[in-house]
Amino acid sequence: MGGVHPPGHKERTAASAVERAPVPERLVVPLSQHLGAPCAPLVGKGDRVERGQMIGDVDAMVSAPVHSPVSGVVTEVGVTLTAGGQRVAAVTIEPDAPQDLGSFVPVEDTGDARARVRAAGIVGMGGATFPSVVKLSPPKGMAIDTVILNGCECEPFLTCDHRLMLEEPEHVVAGARHIRDIVGASRVIIGLEDNKPDAAAALRKVAGSDIEVTELPTMYPQGAEKQLIYALLKKEVPHGKLPAATGALVHNVATAAAIADALEHGRPLMERIVTVTGAVARPGNYRVLFGTLVSDLIEHAGGFVGDVERVIAGGPMTGQALGTLEVPIAKGSSGIVALEKGVAARAISDDQPCIRCGRCPEVCPMGLEPYILATYSGRRMWDAVAARSVIDCIECGACSYVCPTKRPLLQLIRVGKSAAMSKGAK
Amino acid sequence: MSDSRVQQHIVGPSPHITSKATCSGIMLWVVAALAPAAIWAIVNMGLVAVQLLVVTIGVAIGTEAAWNAIARRPQTILDGSALVTGLLLALALPPRTPWWMAAVGAFIAIALGKMVFGGLGHNLFNPALVGRAFVALSWAGVLAGVENRGWFRTLADVSAEGYDTISGATRLAVATADRAASGGYGFDLVAQYEPLLLKNLEGSLGEISAALLILGGAVLIIKGIIDWRIPAGYIGTMGIVSWAFGSDPVFHVLAGGVLLGAFFMATDYVSSPMSKKGRLIYGIGCGLFNALGRFVGPMPESTTFAILFMNGLAPLIDRMTRPRVFGVVKSDE
Repeated sequence: MGGVHPPGHKERTAASAVERAPVPERLVVPLSQHLGAPCAPLVGKGDRVERGQMIGDVDAMVSAPVHSPVSGVVTEVGVTLTAGGQRVAAVTIEPDAPQDLGSFVPVEDTGDARARVRAAGIVGMGGATFPSVVKLSPPKGMAIDTVILNGCECEPFLTCDHRLMLEEPEHVVAGARHIRDIVGASRVIIGLEDNKPDAAAALRKVAGSDIEVTELPTMYPQGAEKQLIYALLKKEVPHGKLPAATGALVHNVATAAAIADALEHGRPLMERIVTVTGAVARPGNYRVLFGTLVSDLIEHAGGFVGDVERVIAGGPMTGQALGTLEVPIAKGSSGIVALEKGVAARAISDDQPCIRCGRCPEVCPMGLEPYILATYSGRRMWDAVAARSVIDCIECGACSYVCPTKRPLLQLIRVGKSAAMSKGAK
Repeated sequence: MSDSRVQQHIVGPSPHITSKATCSGIMLWVVAALAPAAIWAIVNMGLVAVQLLVVTIGVAIGTEAAWNAIARRPQTILDGSALVTGLLLALALPPRTPWWMAAVGAFIAIALGKMVFGGLGHNLFNPALVGRAFVALSWAGVLAGVENRGWFRTLADVSAEGYDTISGATRLAVATADRAASGGYGFDLVAQYEPLLLKNLEGSLGEISAALLILGGAVLIIKGIIDWRIPAGYIGTMGIVSWAFGSDPVFHVLAGGVLLGAFFMATDYVSSPMSKKGRLIYGIGCGLFNALGRFVGPMPESTTFAILFMNGLAPLIDRMTRPRVFGVVKSDE
């Protein structure tokens, strides 16, 4: 139900093998690269750090420690702006001149897989950055029977998950098995869109009979958690409940690969594949160390070409527009997309009328009526937006995407949603 | 290579890309879909058709421009909706409607049909039909096509002297009168298919060719601009009710304003329901009231009032057909 079909723009990077981006002159590693409690620094200015050494942690359930992606010297423990626009504590590291990226300080194996996943700092790499250990520990009484790996990559422009599945399918499959064993599930499904037949074939080759690889229609937001569970299992996550209520647990394919690395080699999360694309000279899929600045990455990709209007961290449907390029790549950075004038959305204006064309309720994957929610939010009718299930909005942006008068529907709905949530509406 | 460190970029909320659909683009598609019928009318009727089109479109756009100027609101004529309203009104009026009457209709359509409600998107009723209803109620004889108001004849009337369109009764009016008098028809309805489809100089301007209206409607459906449920519900119901009354369903769909109404008037976004189910119900309602007007009521040309009535019910239909929220089962509510 619902969904839109924006132009994919994936052809620019879909055939580009993953290349390692150079080690920058300095890394600004944020101590909060996840959803949850920020880490406190474990190192100080002037300290020597090794690649893989934990440099930040906090004693909280919903959190993920941070590791140094390089060996080098801490030159500052300060503050950085993130892609999301927040100010967070960060450790600036000057890497050793010849840098050996082949070795790292492994995460200790205590025999507890969940503890090791946490110690490796693994978070959801699809963009949500929710600490994986929390998802691997479902509440009591909530049995997980099916593990779903999300390889949809339904965001336009992005190809990092595509390349990972194509180049390292055995890695992804191994991660799926680890997750299955940790939560005691019996079934594993890897779901991906049918615009990546090569990745599906690569996965099938190594999957074995215990892992299903299912191709789904290419449609945004096919990779949204609830929509993916429905597409694969025909089960709707009940209103107000966790996705686990359907017996399914969804992890991104890159997260699964990271979990395999952590459990098999003790490798902490220090880098990821980032699709750098759009109006850049050398678009590609780059393996990037966390803390690398977006400006360094853009420079490595040959700089901008043409009239770049917006630079997006993540995909263009849900990512963040960057006000400055001096922000670091982090665990949730799936892509850097430079949108040219004409491709980028026009600056919003909220004085355009709704012409009641009916497109937004048609594309809403949650069965909401975006035009009404936006109107009520604009009039500050918080009880009315709450009564119309505003908190079910997954903020996919399909409504704003299709609106012919370009009303800022999602932005208005976000305002209503946060007001409804802060009032404790059901 | 540009220096990435000094570039200025726009910051805004997601999504950062939007579809190519625009309001004016949609309106231009509607105009394009109506263009073949309008052009065919000009080819066959000449100046009289040109005059009607120029007057309604000009007054519609002019009224909106003037309203915005006087009310000191942003100018909105470029959104294309006044153009569509003017064009639709012309196609819904008899070609020899006196120019001043058409002008009053266009003024009422925009002023009382749209701008008093706050402009595009806020009107309850289809503006073109509000204008047409005003003309129809004020000067009933002209639209029924049975009375020649010759003393208001215009210059164009002279050049169209050869037509009996303004003074003669339409096939539909004759058929209705026959049926009321004898319960049967004095002529073969099936033989009327061809002229109604291809070239019909009776009734309103847009009735010139049912085939061209169907073509235009099909284009809008294929382009995803209108929802097939409205014309399908409308035309299907019109046919079924005609058949139930023992008449010829095809004749009753092709004759009169049904096709213009079903494809172009009832599908007006603002005044029709938003949900798919709601649109089907609404289309069926339009067809039902149009047919009842023809077979039970006194009006063979009941399209205008059938659609206006259903416009009034559209908000209610929307309330009754709200989509089900994902993950919510009936018992949750």
